[in-house]
Amino acid sequence: MNSFTFTQAAAVDAAVREKASHEGAAYIGGGTNLVDLMKENVARPTHLIGLKKLGLDTIENTPDGGLRLGALATNADTAYHPEVISRYPLLNQAILAGASPQLRNMATDGGNLMQRTRCYYFYDLATPCNKREPGTGCSAIGGYNRVCGILGTSDSCIATHPSDMCVALAALDTTVRVSGPNGERTIKFEDFHRLPGDHPERDNTLEPGELITGLDLPAKGFAQHFSYLKLRDRTSYAFALVSVAAALELDGNTIKDARLALGGVAHKAWRDKAAEALLVGQPATADTFRRVAAKVLENAKGYGENTFKIELAKRAIVRALKQATEMKATVDTNAYFQPSAFNS
Amino acid sequence: MTHVTQAPLGMSPATLVPTQPVTLHINGQDRTLHIAPWTTLLDALREYLDLTGTKKGCDHGQCGACTVLVDGKHINSCLSLAVMQEGSEIQTIEGLGTEESLSPLQQAFIDHDAFQCGYCTPGQICSAQGLINEGKARTEAEVRELMSGNLCRCGAYSNILSAVMEVIEGQKPGAEGKIVMPEKEWSAGAAHQQMPPVAPPKK
Amino acid sequence: MNTDYIGKPTSRVDGPAKVTGTAKYAAEYNVPNMLYGYVVSSPIAKGKITKIDAAPVLALAGVQQVFSHENVPHFAIFDRSYQDEIAPGGSPFRPLYDAEIKFSLQPVALVVADTFELARYAASVLHIEYEEVAHETKLSQHIDDAYEPGKGKIGFQPPKSRGNFGKGWKEGVAHVEAQFSHHAQHHNPMENFATTVEWLGDKHLNIYDKTQGAFNSQLLVTKIFGLSKDRARVISKYTGGGFGSGLRPQYQLLLAVMASLELERSVRVSLTREQMFSFGHRPETLQHVALATAADGSLTGINHFAVAETSQFEDFTENVVGWSGMLYDCKNVALGYRLAKLDVYTPLDMRAPGAASGSIALEIAMDEMAYAAGLDPLEFRMRNYSDHDQAQDLPYSSKALRKCYHEGAAKFGWKQRTAAPGSMRDGNLLVGWGMGGGVWDATKLPASVRASLDADGHLTVSSGTNEIGTGTYTIMTQIAAESMGLPIEAVTFVLGDTELPESPLQGGSWTAASVGNSVVEACTKLGEALLKQTQKMDSPAFKGVKIDDVQFANGQMRLRSDSTQAMVLRDVVQASGEPRIEAENSTLLAKLAMLKPPKYSMHAHNAVFVEVKVDPDLMTVHVTRVVNAVAAGRILNPKTARSQVLGSVVWGLGMALMEESVMDHRFGRYMNHSLAEYHVPVNADIHAIDVVFVNEEDDKVNPLGIKGLGEVGMLGVAAAVANAIYHATGKRVRDMPITIDKLL
Repeated sequence: MNSFTFTQAAAVDAAVREKASHEGAAYIGGGTNLVDLMKENVARPTHLIGLKKLGLDTIENTPDGGLRLGALATNADTAYHPEVISRYPLLNQAILAGASPQLRNMATDGGNLMQRTRCYYFYDLATPCNKREPGTGCSAIGGYNRVCGILGTSDSCIATHPSDMCVALAALDTTVRVSGPNGERTIKFEDFHRLPGDHPERDNTLEPGELITGLDLPAKGFAQHFSYLKLRDRTSYAFALVSVAAALELDGNTIKDARLALGGVAHKAWRDKAAEALLVGQPATADTFRRVAAKVLENAKGYGENTFKIELAKRAIVRALKQATEMKATVDTNAYFQPSAFNS
Repeated sequence: MTHVTQAPLGMSPATLVPTQPVTLHINGQDRTLHIAPWTTLLDALREYLDLTGTKKGCDHGQCGACTVLVDGKHINSCLSLAVMQEGSEIQTIEGLGTEESLSPLQQAFIDHDAFQCGYCTPGQICSAQGLINEGKARTEAEVRELMSGNLCRCGAYSNILSAVMEVIEGQKPGAEGKIVMPEKEWSAGAAHQQMPPVAPPKK
Repeated sequence: MNTDYIGKPTSRVDGPAKVTGTAKYAAEYNVPNMLYGYVVSSPIAKGKITKIDAAPVLALAGVQQVFSHENVPHFAIFDRSYQDEIAPGGSPFRPLYDAEIKFSLQPVALVVADTFELARYAASVLHIEYEEVAHETKLSQHIDDAYEPGKGKIGFQPPKSRGNFGKGWKEGVAHVEAQFSHHAQHHNPMENFATTVEWLGDKHLNIYDKTQGAFNSQLLVTKIFGLSKDRARVISKYTGGGFGSGLRPQYQLLLAVMASLELERSVRVSLTREQMFSFGHRPETLQHVALATAADGSLTGINHFAVAETSQFEDFTENVVGWSGMLYDCKNVALGYRLAKLDVYTPLDMRAPGAASGSIALEIAMDEMAYAAGLDPLEFRMRNYSDHDQAQDLPYSSKALRKCYHEGAAKFGWKQRTAAPGSMRDGNLLVGWGMGGGVWDATKLPASVRASLDADGHLTVSSGTNEIGTGTYTIMTQIAAESMGLPIEAVTFVLGDTELPESPLQGGSWTAASVGNSVVEACTKLGEALLKQTQKMDSPAFKGVKIDDVQFANGQMRLRSDSTQAMVLRDVVQASGEPRIEAENSTLLAKLAMLKPPKYSMHAHNAVFVEVKVDPDLMTVHVTRVVNAVAAGRILNPKTARSQVLGSVVWGLGMALMEESVMDHRFGRYMNHSLAEYHVPVNADIHAIDVVFVNEEDDKVNPLGIKGLGEVGMLGVAAAVANAIYHATGKRVRDMPITIDKLL
């Protein structure tokens, strides 16, 4: 970890100004990923701007019937918020599928988006990695790539985004609110993270100095039919091999609206709108789900150690859609918590 | 032969940041340290305050041994900078109980033999305390899941589960805050999961 | 022997210290004026260091020194100085000795600074250049150059074949032949390796080391640095998990001592979790097993061959295949074991070393053989029960494995199993029931113990053994309290210090038997000393009384013939005018016994029954029930003993389902060197585990009848999981761990 200065920012505009005035500065929210990366010498900020005092930790209803998550709200406070539990249970499920209770107590919602990949090579300075050091090559290609991507990869990088929360945020059509040197703007969630292409060092489309201030969930929360299914190497506290966020609106057995996003398979939460369109108007049957799963994975590419993810993802999609369809429209408002039972 | 360079000279040392006074409120006391921002809460406890009950198992948020309570919530102290915790109420294992006056969880961990080497134990207890503070863990399945952020390489998980369950059960209305210590046959399964005679599976 | 304490579920006497955080581990002795050392690790697997540019780092205020091969003196020349008690044959690795790189993550420099953070930072900017040469890390490519090791390390028994396997194979009517493999695994105790060296002046050191053997650490330090024992006191009161990783002193000890001697300061060196992947590990093995049975299901031939990795510089050996020659009755047994040299660090004993690896192959093959022979796997094992150790041609001192089979199966409900794979369901889930088991040595080594009774009547019993979580403090306190007839509160057991009587390494499941029996001996000696003192006292009833005529109870020495004739022990000490009366056992007989050929085969056994539930589409596996029935002689404390076996089961599940150190052979480097990516089981993975200790009385194995528990509980667990998965799914996976991709 290199040496750095630290200030606690008092307001968003002050934080943004401070970032602009310090080369090598970084914002720090919960610190769960940044401090980790600093200890690995992957991140080497020279100045940290603490965000704790910005007050962006509230969760409140928006006039359009949606919900605004303050960027500094913790993952735990978000998952267990009554409005999230009752209206966006998919988000509750996704958050609780990630990390551990103590990490969720620290990690912020904005920070969750800013997580960097868990690719082994990105974390290990002894190996080349285009994301860490552009131009050095991708060690995961041809190497140990069990955790790596199968969709939207490039010859430069096959890393995945590790978040569970983001998979639900993608499925729910979230809008990301940011503040930067040029003022405020919003970014559609699907445009927030990028695919690696030739610039895997860029995880997202934030402009220099921009700070996430909030996440806006639209009114539609798919609270009646949803599933977050996460498959991993142990029952809990492991990153996803494949995860699926599925949300349906049903009219009888006919699908009226659908959302489908995958985690653990791409450089970003992989929302597939074409597949969603294929679901709409169809009966909610295993046949439909299988056809859609095949479509989602149509252009998937395996890299050896992770090729199994193609088949696993197909099966997971079918299962998640089935679970979303069959679930009873009752929500446990106490805490929407599905213990890591079999098959999830 | 390939030439490999470790830590290229381009990354050469910059001027080191001077130390600054940082006041932490730990176990009911204000403690002022002179540290640079790069000191984590974990290292502040262990290396500067001699509060070595909080353990370092991985230093990367991957094991839970460093778990402490901040404002009543359990966090990984290894991933928090001490300077970020000024003004917070920090509670470590040393603040939960003493050998002469054990907390209910500490007593339950002993009664249920919920540890072996003891290294993950303070973190396990702080996690369990955090869950109890939050009221989130109620069933065995929830406790198993919500205690999964604390690795125990000795594999004391089933005893950890029964220790935590005992304290949770003991706090339910009607239990009058008393610890219920079920008679336990030590050659049998963990408490509350006495293995029943096997029901014939469907064939 | 009465049983006031032995055999009772006493809570751990060190429990209060452990649950309140006052138990101190090696990196927790905050001695004054201490420096911090941070290790720099090699990014390459093979080659040499061509340049180290320490100047910019040394220019940082607060950096005291950068140690590397360029400036560390050669304290010792010969290999024997670097060989610890259990060093295998070869030439031990010498940290910071020369420019040569022998394995990835090899320590190449130690940066010492005023604070931990500064040392860590300085280490990260230390400029080092290397010339890399081609390395070999792939075991499967070196089967042909594998060789039979010579003597190997202590405890290694070259496998002995018997009969004629070829003939047995031909005699068989059913046959199984298969290849098995598992990857390297790392111990990953929760406590990272660390040493705090306290500089006391004039080369006198207190060394707080993470180890499973304080004397072994001391031995190495005195040999390499030429220090006398009184200058190198090693202290290890608590060890945060060992599992074998602390059987050999690790390099942080040598670096910390070196830095302390060179700088004449106290120094702490802690390894990072990543660096926990830089030393010993359970070696990868590739195994071949062939079994044949006659029509009645009796084994006519067993062939078990294994190739294991070792380093280029030492021959690490373990007993992988030998167990296959003794667990079942068979005349024709062919066994083979070879090593292949790779550019890795020397492997190291890891819980149930050898047996855990070998039992995967043997016990899966036994399951396959049972199917091929048309027999239930339990019935098949019963038919091939060994009543006589054919490997050593010796009778068993005791063997209650049959009871393990019966009691374990009954508890599990094994009778209700239907044989066909996929034939049992729980709703949509596939249910599988599998079993396995194993055998482990019951060993007793010489151990010295001192028993000391003070004038307050408090008994202090001490021995330089270790507490790694197995309950040493507790069981020794129980034994001592029982032996001297004192309440347990009046007894303190002290360990983990080279100033105490010498005790063997804490490992191999031998501590309970070795130290436990010695505690009894020392207490007997103390009793004799107390009796001797009574002869000087005015007590006619005790005049001329012999030790066999008295018993110790309730803090008194009483005549067996008339228990109203009693002396309070405290009074005896007070009458002596000394602050305490003490005695030490003699290890002479134990040492002599080790030289004699054994009369009995002395082993602990177990049988494990496992239920898995498998999602038929997603192929996720959950181990929902485990019954582990163990025959390990006398159980000193069923509470701590049960915990040992519970832990063993968790280890077995990890080995079966998730643990592997994955090497990228292009870099010769384990890539998942973290606890996020080296998966060990978490709480949510663990469901019902039932431990059964079957009754096994053994008056031959050692006076207390103890066989040890650290390893045996793990045997057969991984195989039982694999067998249960086969039973559930019909998929036979022979490459551990059985991750989801292997079942899709």
